[in-house]
Amino acid sequence: MRKLLMQATVLDNMRLTPTVNTLRILAPEIAAQALPGQFVHIKVAAGIQPLLRRPFSIADIHAEQGTLTVIYRIVGEGTALMSSFSPGDTIDVMGPLGQGFRLMGERPLLVGGGMGIAPLLLLAKALCPRPVYVLMGGRTQEEMFWPPLFQNVCESIHIATDDGSLGRCGTALDMLPEVLEQNKIDVVYTCGPRVMMEGVAKAAAEMGIPCQVSLEEHMACGVGACLSCTCAASDGTRRKICSDGPVFWAEEVFL
Amino acid sequence: MSKGENSQLCTEFAGIRMKNPIMTASGTFGFGLEYKDFIDLNELGAVVVKGTTLKPRPGNTGCRIAETPAGMLNSIGLENPGVDHFKDVILPQLAPYDVPIIVNLAGNTADEYGELARRLDIPGVAAIEVNISCPNVKQGGIAFGTDCASATGVVEMVKRNTGKPVIVKLSPNVTDIVMMARAVEDAGADAISLINTLLGMAIDIRSWRPVLGNTVGGLSGPAVKPVAVRMVWQVAKAVKVPVIGMGGIQSAADAIEFLLAGASAVAVGTGNFVDPRISVRIAEGISDYLTERGLTHVSELIGRVNDYC
Repeated sequence: MRKLLMQATVLDNMRLTPTVNTLRILAPEIAAQALPGQFVHIKVAAGIQPLLRRPFSIADIHAEQGTLTVIYRIVGEGTALMSSFSPGDTIDVMGPLGQGFRLMGERPLLVGGGMGIAPLLLLAKALCPRPVYVLMGGRTQEEMFWPPLFQNVCESIHIATDDGSLGRCGTALDMLPEVLEQNKIDVVYTCGPRVMMEGVAKAAAEMGIPCQVSLEEHMACGVGACLSCTCAASDGTRRKICSDGPVFWAEEVFL
Repeated sequence: MSKGENSQLCTEFAGIRMKNPIMTASGTFGFGLEYKDFIDLNELGAVVVKGTTLKPRPGNTGCRIAETPAGMLNSIGLENPGVDHFKDVILPQLAPYDVPIIVNLAGNTADEYGELARRLDIPGVAAIEVNISCPNVKQGGIAFGTDCASATGVVEMVKRNTGKPVIVKLSPNVTDIVMMARAVEDAGADAISLINTLLGMAIDIRSWRPVLGNTVGGLSGPAVKPVAVRMVWQVAKAVKVPVIGMGGIQSAADAIEFLLAGASAVAVGTGNFVDPRISVRIAEGISDYLTERGLTHVSELIGRVNDYC
């Protein structure tokens, strides 16, 4: 695999909710190589403001069509600028970056929270034809725009919301033990808030199930040079989230 | 001419032969290898590697980076694998490249700087850059770069322990940059590089906490460029040794400003994060500029800024 720097064409940039967009770009050389769990590093505006690129996990790929999708929440200056991308615009993209998920197991469970669910979408596709189980948590039904996107790529979806407006009332962690047991899960993949991932890793470890976690951190270069995003590993050394990760074995980065 | 060579740009800097006067600044280009998919390292003037210390350093905890207007703050804290790992694992991987490797080194004491210089007085290392300007570590770093006597002590110690050209990287966080530059020149520096980052701070107005785990950090990027150009201009006039100018370079035009101010070479830092191919683009842009102006060599720009009237 070779990391690329390229000009990609925006195909569409659609609203999924009032604050979440799905951006599809034509980037054939990146799409041909990218693996689930990897990310692209996007320059959201020409010039020096904002200066740095923004990393986004890859939510979908159509290698034959040469397209790649990222799903992003509009939270700050950079993503607000991205929300104004129009079909036909050219954007500057680096990718595919980082180490993705390792595909394994016969009965995988994908546990996601918030925007961390995005990379699990591509992962679910890649894990087919295995029966893929998905467990996702969010605050309210409004944040749970994901289930239709997963409909054709998984066996079953389990949902928890804090207010009970969709699925079970509670958190994804509350539902985890029974989902693990009932579906005879043999590998767990998780991406989302750190507290959730630590809980997932702990539950998986207790049942002896291997667990891969996808970490997130502020980063500048995206290729392991600036060391903005490094984290402590369990063995006392450091890991670069951008280039050693973002996907790690749970025991590698969670104490 | 070998690959990447251009007769307008080839430069000899402090005894180091370079294909062009564009280097990558320490801490912004890893060990060079991180960027090899994007850029042919052989096309660079030199690679200045990440600040290296005697023992491995984990760096600072908490958030290490904050984007600011036309720039960024960092407080990495000199995370690096240590000099032995650099010598044994990384340097051999750089051996196939035909590009000078300059090693930036940082110590807690003058003796440590001397020991680092001694261990790096080996084939494959083109020069030493003495980092007396890191704002993100408690000991060493900037403490040596804001006091003339301490800086002199470090530079003399390094010079005693190496036969390589010694470049001293200055901090802009001083009242009188010229005084610091003269002190390190008198101590034996073969060249001076400036500027390291400007000490800065950002506050999160939701949490009322600093954005950076280290509270303060170093500001880099286009926001610092005018400060850097001014300091390069002041220093280049005041010393006889050559100067490497850096601070916010994002384009050939930016690099040309530094050359006109008196820099004999330039380094690109934060710009690498934005565009991994920026150094090559800048070299090409300078070459085009020279051709347009009817100039034959980049040296015709160095220090040629005129008085305003």
